[in-house]
Amino acid sequence: MLNTDKQQYSQLATKHEKKRPILLNCVRAFIIGGLICVVGQGISFFYMFYFDFTEQTVGDPTVATLIFITMLLTGFGIYDKWAQFAGAGTAVPVTGFGNAVISAAMEHRSEGFVQGVGANMFKLAGSVILFGVFSAFIIALIKTSLIQLGVI
Amino acid sequence: MVFLWAFLVGGTICLIGQLIMDLFNKTPGFTLSLLVVAGAVLDGFGLYEPLIDFAGAGATVPITSFGNSLVHGALQEAEKSGFIGVATGMFEVTSSGISSAIIFAMIGALLFKPKG
Repeated sequence: MLNTDKQQYSQLATKHEKKRPILLNCVRAFIIGGLICVVGQGISFFYMFYFDFTEQTVGDPTVATLIFITMLLTGFGIYDKWAQFAGAGTAVPVTGFGNAVISAAMEHRSEGFVQGVGANMFKLAGSVILFGVFSAFIIALIKTSLIQLGVI
Repeated sequence: MVFLWAFLVGGTICLIGQLIMDLFNKTPGFTLSLLVVAGAVLDGFGLYEPLIDFAGAGATVPITSFGNSLVHGALQEAEKSGFIGVATGMFEVTSSGISSAIIFAMIGALLFKPKG
């Protein structure tokens, strides 16, 4: 009995669910995400021109600068507005990672700095770090084994 | 010219993320995790570095570069000290993304009051 209720409910829910405008979402994500990368490229050129960075190392200061800008935009509530419009366009660049950490930190401030900010900072971004580190560990382990065994 | 490639490559990575979210009904957290793993795998095959040379910030700004630099740090250290290096060197290259996220999150929490 409960099962049929559930089925009926999910049928009803899918019937009234809004269709996602996939094509429009993709165009938005492409343009906004591309623009964020263009801004990053501008920052990269700045660091390569005025400081001693190469094309391979300039990623680090660029990422840090972008996250700093994200902090300001998140603090003034601008980033979340853009994120609603751009979807993955603002989520996939590192600014999205920064936004996840920063907004979680700000949101839980009222619970105090240890129990709130400290405990919740990586609530959203934690899985990115976990899977990134774990997969990197496995891959580096495999590659190092292959190198040590003389396969590659 | 690099700007154009940065736009196209960065935009394409975001488009792939949007497709994962829309077609498979996944949360942004799942999508980002998947992209990080993809970046790590690509660097395992030595394909990510050429992409950075080619597209610049188009490859370093999307979250996939996070997986790339984790593998990169681990492999760099592994060259020096073998298997132990895989664990100890992991954050050597990545540190800027995580440390700046932590530092600016703390500053943000100090400066800004939450809304609502």
